[in-house]
Amino acid sequence: MSVIAYGAARAGLRNSGALLNRNWIAMRRAWILILSGAVESLLFLFAFGFGVGALVGDITLPDGTAVSYTAYVAPAILANAAMMGVLAETSINVFAKFKWMKVYDGILNTPLRPFEVALGEVWWALIRGFTYIGAFVVVMGLFGLLDSWWALLAIPACVFIALAFAGIGLTLATLFRDWTDFDWMNAVVFTMFLFGGTFTPVESYPSLLQPVVYVMPLYHGIELVRGISLGQLGPMMLVHIAYLLALCLGGMWIAQRRLARALYK
Amino acid sequence: MPNVNEILVSAADLRKSYGEHEAVRGVDFEIRRGEAFGFLGANGAGKSTTMRMIGCVSQPTAGTLTVFGRDPHTEGAAIRARLGVVPQDNTLDGMLTVFENLVVYAGYFGIKKKAARERAAELLEFVQLTARAKDQVSDLSGGMQRRLAIARSLINDPELVILDEPTTGLDPQARHLVWERLFQLKHRGVSILLTTHYMDEAEQLCDRLVVMDEGRIIASGSPRELIDTHVTKEVVELRFGTAHTRELAALAQSLDGVGAQIEPLPDRILVYTDDADDTNAALDARDIRPTSVLARRATLEDVFLRLTGRALVEDEA
Repeated sequence: MSVIAYGAARAGLRNSGALLNRNWIAMRRAWILILSGAVESLLFLFAFGFGVGALVGDITLPDGTAVSYTAYVAPAILANAAMMGVLAETSINVFAKFKWMKVYDGILNTPLRPFEVALGEVWWALIRGFTYIGAFVVVMGLFGLLDSWWALLAIPACVFIALAFAGIGLTLATLFRDWTDFDWMNAVVFTMFLFGGTFTPVESYPSLLQPVVYVMPLYHGIELVRGISLGQLGPMMLVHIAYLLALCLGGMWIAQRRLARALYK
Repeated sequence: MPNVNEILVSAADLRKSYGEHEAVRGVDFEIRRGEAFGFLGANGAGKSTTMRMIGCVSQPTAGTLTVFGRDPHTEGAAIRARLGVVPQDNTLDGMLTVFENLVVYAGYFGIKKKAARERAAELLEFVQLTARAKDQVSDLSGGMQRRLAIARSLINDPELVILDEPTTGLDPQARHLVWERLFQLKHRGVSILLTTHYMDEAEQLCDRLVVMDEGRIIASGSPRELIDTHVTKEVVELRFGTAHTRELAALAQSLDGVGAQIEPLPDRILVYTDDADDTNAALDARDIRPTSVLARRATLEDVFLRLTGRALVEDEA
């Protein structure tokens, strides 16, 4: 049994790697698009962190520690960058490949299976997400926003955000019917960015709104990255990680089922 | 030497339904190694659906199907690894160049990079696209895209190549180029499975074929056998100026006996006969003067017409 499982895992890895290779070859002529995404997050950091931060000054955390507002906002914008890079790749690009370019229609005649296609897209989204995250962390460090070497753990913390939104994005790509559907996705994303705890602690919202925030995937990502960046560790981190992982697996499962149903008619 | 009698694909009472619609209504056939096997039929006859089931990308609703002796339901990926498929709409990767399309596709079959590049170069040579290797797919003509799709289907050195209407939509010159490449493949001993609604294509390429209509197989055999069994040796086509459906049906009555069978069509009357000269003499004797008379050998088109009462490509503009 374990031999079969090992064989399947190896084939899955090899096959999803073939899709990764495809995306790399297709995208290497369009690297400027990836770069522009990273720049966008940096602009947010400058505008909110340094612009607004200069006005706000310090902010007091629930445990009483005071940190500069820039140091408070930066991890949230990092979490946002992790989300945006991955979401753009999985939702819009996968949708384009699936419904518009019909790339998967060609692939379905090969030994690749839908879950391997989904896995390959997740790998690829992670790689793209990490070009954003890496650039962002370097800039955070250059501006002295990383308090300790422990803060480098923010990078692996972003993996969980990237995984969750890869799963969500893939599912959306298979659910969406046309480009206009992306408008409401962008609206939800922007709402999460504004109210998911990016700029103020969630505790400062009206108590009625707080449960809504707790459902937002980005909120869990922000809390995770911020906690690590500011050295505020706690058991809640495991809840955040579990929530994000569940979204990843659930999203991938739905996406590969919908791909299979659409392609294997 | 490959065993020429080895059965590659075997179907028994194979069926496929989409909701209420029954696309394939119980077909039986066997495809042997080394042969060129054709599915002939009008649009919507169930050819493509059958191809998709053989290609393990569509689940049969009922009946049994084995490909390379394996079950497509449980071993789909393993079967697909040994097949080459040219879908009706090519499904080339529009974000990649001609050469990249082949190399990336090789990757899906687990072929290593170096071998993939060598094989891709060879295949581009084979389909005469070497000069276009660096072009985007969208810059290719329809015929070139089809040839690239054929090259792509050969990347894994498949034991069976499935082509769904390989020359539909191509101009005559491009069709001949595709046929010529398919002949080459046949000579190399590659087993070929193709669907078509062109009679000349089926007659030229197929060793054996089945005629499908409304989800069923209505005849099978070699092109020659089908013609010998279902129609006479020759056909005389008669046109009577602008006379149309109803007038032609009336005229057909008066032709009784000039040939083995009379078939009035919307625009002309077909007379099936073993000797066109005898038929012409009989027409003269009855003082019947068509505006045009064309005597020709019977073709698969006539077989289809006799079997279904309909022309094959009548729905094409």
